[in-house]
Amino acid sequence: MKMLKCLAASVVVGCMALAGASAQEGLKDEIRQPTLDMLKGKKVVFVPMSMSFDLPEGWAAVMQKDAERRGYQLDIRDANWSTDTGTRAITQAITEKPDIIVVQNFDVTSYARTLKKAQDQGIKVVQVNMRSSYQTDAFVGADWHGIGEYAANRMLEVCGKDKGKSGKIAIVQGPATAAASVYQLNAITATLKDNPNIEIVSSQTGDWDQSKARGIAQTVIQQNPDLCGIIGFWDVMDAGTGAAIQESGKDIYLITSGGGNKTACQGVENGTFDEVISYDVPGQGRDLISTISILLQSDKDAGEEKFVLYTPNKIITKDSLGPESCWDLDVLKG
Amino acid sequence: MTESATGSAHAPGALSKRLTGIVLTQELIVAVAAAVLFVVFSITLDNFLSAGNLVTLVRNVSVLGLLSLGMAVVVIGRGVDLSLVAVMAVSMTLSIVLANHGWPFPAALAVGLCFVIVVAVILGFLVAYVEIPSIFATLAIASIVYGLGRGVIADLDVNNVPSGLDWFLFLGRGRILGIPVSIWLFGLTSFVLYLFLRRTGLGRFIYALGDNLQTARITGIPARPIIVLQYILSGTMAFLAGAVTAASVASMNMRIVNSTVIYDVLLVVVLGGIGLSGGRGGVRNVLVGTVLIGLLLNAMTIMDISYTVQNLIKSAVLLLALVVDALLNPRDEQTAQQGDI
Repeated sequence: MKMLKCLAASVVVGCMALAGASAQEGLKDEIRQPTLDMLKGKKVVFVPMSMSFDLPEGWAAVMQKDAERRGYQLDIRDANWSTDTGTRAITQAITEKPDIIVVQNFDVTSYARTLKKAQDQGIKVVQVNMRSSYQTDAFVGADWHGIGEYAANRMLEVCGKDKGKSGKIAIVQGPATAAASVYQLNAITATLKDNPNIEIVSSQTGDWDQSKARGIAQTVIQQNPDLCGIIGFWDVMDAGTGAAIQESGKDIYLITSGGGNKTACQGVENGTFDEVISYDVPGQGRDLISTISILLQSDKDAGEEKFVLYTPNKIITKDSLGPESCWDLDVLKG
Repeated sequence: MTESATGSAHAPGALSKRLTGIVLTQELIVAVAAAVLFVVFSITLDNFLSAGNLVTLVRNVSVLGLLSLGMAVVVIGRGVDLSLVAVMAVSMTLSIVLANHGWPFPAALAVGLCFVIVVAVILGFLVAYVEIPSIFATLAIASIVYGLGRGVIADLDVNNVPSGLDWFLFLGRGRILGIPVSIWLFGLTSFVLYLFLRRTGLGRFIYALGDNLQTARITGIPARPIIVLQYILSGTMAFLAGAVTAASVASMNMRIVNSTVIYDVLLVVVLGGIGLSGGRGGVRNVLVGTVLIGLLLNAMTIMDISYTVQNLIKSAVLLLALVVDALLNPRDEQTAQQGDI
């Protein structure tokens, strides 16, 4: 009996020692290497509207870091504010047969045919933030409809006639055919249609330019002295809208949207904007690299599976403003 | 060459007629058109006639007016400066970038102005001494300057003026006697340029060059240095326009180079009646052209007309102005030989 006990004890101790040894060495992650192998050496081409403003610079910074980490190649082909240059860049990329093309569209139509061509050639296409009317493998970016709906509802709350305000609001759009303009405008008009509490007195395009936005806002404020609010479509442009409001000395509620760069927070802080709907570029960058990773691992053909990742919005106001509300390009790049 | 020659009273076959002693110059036609539009808008649009709106109207075209003054000087000397907008955007961006790197802002502005003058001297040299037609020289320089701006001077299109420069922002946002500083600047610059063009020898020489370069040279006018001077003047106007723009929105946007602003500037100059064949017109024509464009832009914004249609209307007006220009200032033998620009 004593011997039996000894044996049992030694077995238990022996097992524990074995288990301890394996716990010290850990377990091998069997799928890590195959996954990394799938990403290594792959080629991704990014065609932004222009590498000269916060959004593409931010996405590129996040993608670049990921590419270095995972060993795939990221090529950036700048469309430099020209749909022609952009179309040429995509066409050129198609002949080079990369694995993925990431595109930021100028408008909903220009690239549609070229993107379809890329997919027909077996190249997976990701659209970022500015969508084309042609849906490709993936869209990663702002939910423009949702942003428009939110802004319109905020206007109802802040400026509605039932709230004792004039109910008059103005809209400063981007270019008339850009995804950010068409989907947002549609949401705003759909939300405010038939609502007697709000009246849209002006809806003009500032063409993504501060000076133009300032000129329009100034004329509209002059024309409607009891204007209560303005919905702008991009914070960088609406720096001009805000300047016109400040100059008029009136209390006009300005809601705008943007990538949440630090200038957006500064704008909220110094009173240029009352509210910024941020589509959080570092978050979008994260979604982008996840999408790239998924598409590179997937054995489906280009165009076979289509999905959309809408960015969760952050609302930045004076009350919600914190050190984490905005991002800094230098930090993102570093 | 002088105001009396603005019309084509001397040109045989011209369409203009003397109606009870009044010469139908393009300037007059545009002025009348502006007056008619003014009355129509005053009657049909609410609040159009308010003092506030009229101030806004002029203010919104004061930058365009400043650029057009620069363009006018070059066009009177029978040239054209398509690099104005690029020079304006990039020189101001240079100043802002330097300021963001810790330079005192006045010093940064001085460097920006030096940049403008260096570019203007190179441009003037290419046109006056190498004898490249101004349209090509300025187009090339515009691309080079924009490339420098995007590739070397700044990473981003939009560069914000550092905070705490209230004296600078006053240029774009402040008011003196209830009138925005940018309007004062436009008015003052117009007056100084008027004095220069009409009352100084150098100013008269520019008309002489534009009217007939060969004759001017034979007469002993230092033609080439004066051509260089024209570009320095237009560049300086561009810099001033850039300062007003940057001050009013606290930033400079280089993307403006890709926009249609340069055509708007040409529109103002041609519409105002400064013939592209040179030697004619003056500051008054720029003022008339600027006011008409200001009226159109203001009314179209009030009427909430879409951007595309606004461009359509503006372009149609430009075409009309060119047709009227061609009819009122018919090509003489000399212009036909040398080309318009």
